[in-house]
Amino acid sequence: MNVLSLAKEPAGKSLAERRADFPILSEKVHGRTLIYLDSAASAQKPRAVITAMVETMERQYANVHRGLHWMSERTTEAYEEARRAAARLINARESEEIVFVRNSTEAINLVAHSYGRGVLRPGQAVLISEMEHHSNIVPWQLLRDAHGVELRVAPVTDAGELDMLALARLLEDGKVALVAITHMSNVLGTVTPAERIVRMAHAAGAKVLFDGSQAIVHRPVDVQALDADFYAFTGHKLYGPTGIGVLWARRELLERMPPFLGGGEMISEVTFERSTWAAVPHKFEAGTPAIIEAIGLGAAIRYVEEIGYPAITAHEAALTEHALARLAAVEGVRVIGQAQDRGGVVSFTLDRAHAHDVATLLDRSGIAVRAGHHCAEPLMRRFGVDSTARASFALYTTMDEIDALAEALAKVREFFR
Amino acid sequence: MFDDLADLYQEVILEHSQRPRHGRKLECFDATARGDNPMCGDRVQLFVRHGPDGTIEEAGFEARGCAISVASADMMAEVLRGRTDEEARQIAEKFRELARTGALPEAEDAVEAALETLQPLAGVHAYPSRVKCATLAWHALIAALAGGKEASSE
Repeated sequence: MNVLSLAKEPAGKSLAERRADFPILSEKVHGRTLIYLDSAASAQKPRAVITAMVETMERQYANVHRGLHWMSERTTEAYEEARRAAARLINARESEEIVFVRNSTEAINLVAHSYGRGVLRPGQAVLISEMEHHSNIVPWQLLRDAHGVELRVAPVTDAGELDMLALARLLEDGKVALVAITHMSNVLGTVTPAERIVRMAHAAGAKVLFDGSQAIVHRPVDVQALDADFYAFTGHKLYGPTGIGVLWARRELLERMPPFLGGGEMISEVTFERSTWAAVPHKFEAGTPAIIEAIGLGAAIRYVEEIGYPAITAHEAALTEHALARLAAVEGVRVIGQAQDRGGVVSFTLDRAHAHDVATLLDRSGIAVRAGHHCAEPLMRRFGVDSTARASFALYTTMDEIDALAEALAKVREFFR
Repeated sequence: MFDDLADLYQEVILEHSQRPRHGRKLECFDATARGDNPMCGDRVQLFVRHGPDGTIEEAGFEARGCAISVASADMMAEVLRGRTDEEARQIAEKFRELARTGALPEAEDAVEAALETLQPLAGVHAYPSRVKCATLAWHALIAALAGGKEASSE
């Protein structure tokens, strides 16, 4: 199949043009052109992001929010422009609702620590799901142990979808004050019914936090339309650099929450007796932030906007459909997760080989996949496996690459006969 | 297609991983420990029984993990038979060197024979992310002989 001339391709940048935007895609691995099917772990970076970061360091760099000189003012403007880009991306009411953090893990820890200890009361409950990444499990366990809140877990069905009846039952007694749930599973690809979850949670008096690390890469997110309360995502999966992520929260929630970390940047006035806090979002951004990375994230967001979610979503839906069909045709492959609504992530096992061995053999074919428990051990246990291999797709993935995966898998199986 | 993988997945390794001879819990044992690789979820529970003369009479294991970790555990159980604890520790130490460097380390005669049996696993040194797979069972061995319960290959 000649994927570079796919009939369904929407107007705008072609797949070939998009691929040309990513310098690493022409690199060789073990003598073969890289086939990168591990974007859900971390996506590759377009030239626009690389250039924005290099230009910052070469031409326009100083600390932010404190210099009275030209360089600092310019850098501050670029940093705040990235905040506005993030707000625009998820349709936040105002850019002050965007808190820059290192990654989704830090965003969730910030909420667990600050909202969890500062606003939740012992005896109230936090509700997560069985398909959470460890980053949306462990912070709540720490909160439970330190603060006496209950931790509840909504199960997933055999198809890998959220069990909505069970979710409703878990909300019934009104004790749940916060639902913290993934917007898209990093293992199953399942996209959760976010609007329904919010309606049910709000009706039960609970706030909702979404871990949007995966979802935002594949789908447009509108936090106002969702009526969400918190939304977390990380930059490096969204074609941006590592070390930068976003916590969005409604302003009134951020105002109620005590600071997470103390230090410079986050204060209004400091004496040895007491300190007062800066206005949001700066109250939550202690210390010199990841300035260059934030500017890189801003460039990544502009790149995603330029390609456009309609093109990204359509491309990845076609890839996923193709991958599911091709993998189903390989003997011995079992795909984990059959959700109706899903994004570009496919986890699978092979009957004759452990996922690590599969990944090592695929690597020698130039194909990068992830293998292991994907930081979701409870979900692995739910499906009775200890590890899976996972192929994940991005706006630069081609049908040919998926064909190469399917063909290589058949050979891997042959190797372990 | 996978010609260059022949060093890692030698025939003897595939044989041990697909049909381990010692892949079972011993009915009777006097030392045991669990090895965990938290990064990838591999796990091995090792069982050791000593004979009347104090040497290792039998070793067995229950494992979930990749071909390399299962083969390494099985080959380890194979070479442990008839060894004193001190010899077993020496083999473990030298084996970890073998897995890291790929080169057969200098050792006393008794230990050297065991290392030669284990040499097919040396190919793992070219795959840094897989060295831990090969050493997992050996960490469990050290822990078991020390009377411990758990070990990690991290």
